[in-house]
Amino acid sequence: MKILTTVKRVTDPDMKVKIKPDQSGIITDGVEYRMNSFDEYGVEEAIRLKELHGGEVIVVSVGPAEATKEIRTALAMGADRGILVETNAELDSDAVARVLAEVVRRETPDIIVIGKQAVDSDRNQTGQLLASYLDLPQATFAYSLEVADGWAVVGREVDGGTSTKRVKLPAIITADLRLNEPRYASLPGIMKAKRKPLDTLTPADLGVDIAPKVRVLRYEAPEERAAGEIVGSVDELIDRLRNKAKVI
Amino acid sequence: MANVLVVAEHLDGKLRKVTLPTITFAQQAAAVTGGQVYVLVLGSGVDAAVEEVSRYGAAKVLYANSPVFSDYLAETYTPAIVKAARETGSTLVCTPSSTTGKDLLPRVAAKLDAGMVSDAIEVFESDGLKFRRPLWAGNVVTTVHVTTPNKAVTVRTTDFDAPAEGAACPVESFDAGVAPTDTAQFVSFEQVKSERPELTDANVVVAGGRGLKSGENFQMIMDLADVLGGAVGASRAAVDSGYAPNDWQIGQTGKVVAPNLYFAVAISGAIQHLAGMKGSQTIVAINTNPEAPIFQVADYGLVADAFQVVPELTQKLKQVL
Ligand SMILES: Cc1cc2nc3c(=O)[nH]c(=O)nc-3n(C[C@H](O)[C@H](O)[C@H](O)COP(=O)(O)OP(=O)(O)OC[C@H]3O[C@@H](n4cnc5c(N)ncnc54)[C@H](O)[C@@H]3O)c2cc1C
Ligand SMILES: Nc1ncnc2c1ncn2[C@@H]1O[C@H](COP(=O)(O)O)[C@@H](O)[C@H]1O
Repeated sequence: MKILTTVKRVTDPDMKVKIKPDQSGIITDGVEYRMNSFDEYGVEEAIRLKELHGGEVIVVSVGPAEATKEIRTALAMGADRGILVETNAELDSDAVARVLAEVVRRETPDIIVIGKQAVDSDRNQTGQLLASYLDLPQATFAYSLEVADGWAVVGREVDGGTSTKRVKLPAIITADLRLNEPRYASLPGIMKAKRKPLDTLTPADLGVDIAPKVRVLRYEAPEERAAGEIVGSVDELIDRLRNKAKVI
Repeated sequence: MANVLVVAEHLDGKLRKVTLPTITFAQQAAAVTGGQVYVLVLGSGVDAAVEEVSRYGAAKVLYANSPVFSDYLAETYTPAIVKAARETGSTLVCTPSSTTGKDLLPRVAAKLDAGMVSDAIEVFESDGLKFRRPLWAGNVVTTVHVTTPNKAVTVRTTDFDAPAEGAACPVESFDAGVAPTDTAQFVSFEQVKSERPELTDANVVVAGGRGLKSGENFQMIMDLADVLGGAVGASRAAVDSGYAPNDWQIGQTGKVVAPNLYFAVAISGAIQHLAGMKGSQTIVAINTNPEAPIFQVADYGLVADAFQVVPELTQKLKQVL
C-alpha cells in the first residue's frame, strides 16, 4: 500500500506569538518551529498502516527550505521518502490543497492520511479541499482507522458523539487527537533518515499557481480580559455571582 | 445579485441552534452585498426543522427532502449545495463552525472556486466584504479579504446572537438532483445522550481539568452543572487522561463556548484552553495554585481544593436557587 502523509512546519505552540508593530504579520525573530502536532498523528498512522499492510510512506511538505527539518523528523519516525514543494510565499489552505492534489496525481497513493488542522493558522480545510479537488471521498476527524478490502472504516469525532463512516480507497483521512500515540524518532531512526530520499520541487514545477484566494490584510492582538477578584470563600463567590455579576 | 446561502443543521429532526447565529452572520453579510439570505435544508422528513428555521428572517427556505440526505455525507451534500448556490445567485455560502460545517464547507468551496474563511467572528464593509477570524489559538486576530467572486465562510456561532423570531418566510422544495454515492457510506452515529444542554449553546458551562485526577471525580463537576442547568466541559488534558469524553473538550482543538457563566475547575488555563472559553461573560476559576494562568482571565477566583469547595458550592447553590 502506498500511503501519503503531510507535515507543516509551524511555530512552537508553547511560544507566545508577537505581532509586528505595522500589523503585517507575526514577529519571526527568535521563533522556534516544529511539526504541526496533528501531523504527528497523521505520520504515525501512515507508518502503522505500512507496518500492517506493507508498502511505502511518502511525506510531503509545502513551505520554506527549512521545512526539510520536519520532513526529516517524519522520515526518522519511519516514513520512507520525502517531497518538499519549496516556496516562501504566504499560503492559504486552498493553495496547499492544489499543490498536494498535483503531488497525489503523480504519486497515486492508495490512501492519504493528514492532520485535521494546522495549529498556527487554525483553518481545518486542507484535507477536505484536497478530497474535493481530487473528487475522492473523505473521512475527517478520525479517532480510529481500519483498512480492509479496498475500504477504510473510520471512527470520527463529531458534535454530540462519534460517528462511523466507510470510504472507498483512495480516500483522504484527517487525524484527530485520539487516533494514536505518535512515536518518538529513535536515534537509529534519525541516522537512517539522513540517507532517505528527499526530493525538492517548486509549485511551478507542478504547474500550480499558489496565489492565495484569501489575503490577510491585518494582524492584531485580541482584546485581553482583565484579571478579576480573588474571593475568600464559597459564600463570597455565591454572593458575587448573584449580586454583582448577576449570572445566577 | 450577491445573495447569501446558509446551510442549516439539524439533529433528530430538530434544528440545531448553531444555525441561528449563522443566519445573523448571513444577514450582516447580505447587508453589505445588497443581497438576500436563503437557507438550505438537506434532509429526509425534517419538516419540523424546516418550519422552525423559516421563522428567523431568511428570504426563503429551500428544502431538499430526499432519502439521499437521510444521513449526512459531505459527498452527497456538496453537489446539492453547489447547485443551490448557483440557482439562488449566492456568492457567499456559510455554515456554522461545527464539525459538520468544518467537514462540509471546504469541499463545497473547492467546487465553487471559492476562497474560504474559517471561524469568522465578524463581517463588515470596507471596500467590499471583509472578515475577521482568530488563529494561533486565539493569540492573533486577522482581518481577511477573499479575492474570488465566490466565498465560503464557517461562522464562529458564539460571536453572533440568534436573529429575532418572526413570521415564517416561504419554503420552497428544492430538487437537488443528487444520486447516492458509491464511494462513501454513513455507518452510524453514536450519540452521547444527555439531559444537559449542548455545550455550544449552554448558559452555564462547568469544566474540569487534569487536577480532578480521575473520571469518577468528574461526578462533582456534573453535580454542579446540574444545579445550574449547565453543560459539562473538560480540558484536553482531562480528555487525554480518559477522565472525560472527547466531545467535552473545550479549546483550540475542541469546542468553542461562550456561556454567561463558565467554571474552570482544576484547569491551569493554558492558552489552547483559553482559546475555547475566553469569550464567556463571567469566568470563575477554582484552583489550588494561586499562580495558575487561569486566574489572569477569571472574574472570580477561588484558590482552594476543588474536592472541598465544589461539593460545598453545589450544596449551597441547591439551597439558594
Ligand atoms: C496544539 C495544541 C492544541 C491543544 N488544544 C487544547 C484544547 O483544545 N483544549 C485544552 O484544554 N487544551 C489543549 N491543549 C493542551 C494545553 O496546552 C494544556 O496542556 C491543557 O489545557 C492542560 O489541561 P489542564 O489545565 O486540565 O491540566 P494541567 O495543566 O495539568 O492543570 C491542572 C490544574 O489543576 C490544578 N489542581 C490540581 N489539583 C487540584 C485540586 N485538588 N483542586 C483545584 N485545582 C487543582 C493545578 O494547580 C493545575 O493548575 C493543546 C495543546 C497543544 C500543544
Ligand atoms: N504547507 C503545508 N505543507 C504540508 N501540509 C500542510 C500544509 N498546510 C497544511 N497542511 C496539512 O493540512 C492539514 C490541515 O491544515 P489546515 O487546513 O491548514 O488547518 C495539516 O495538519 C497538514 O497536514
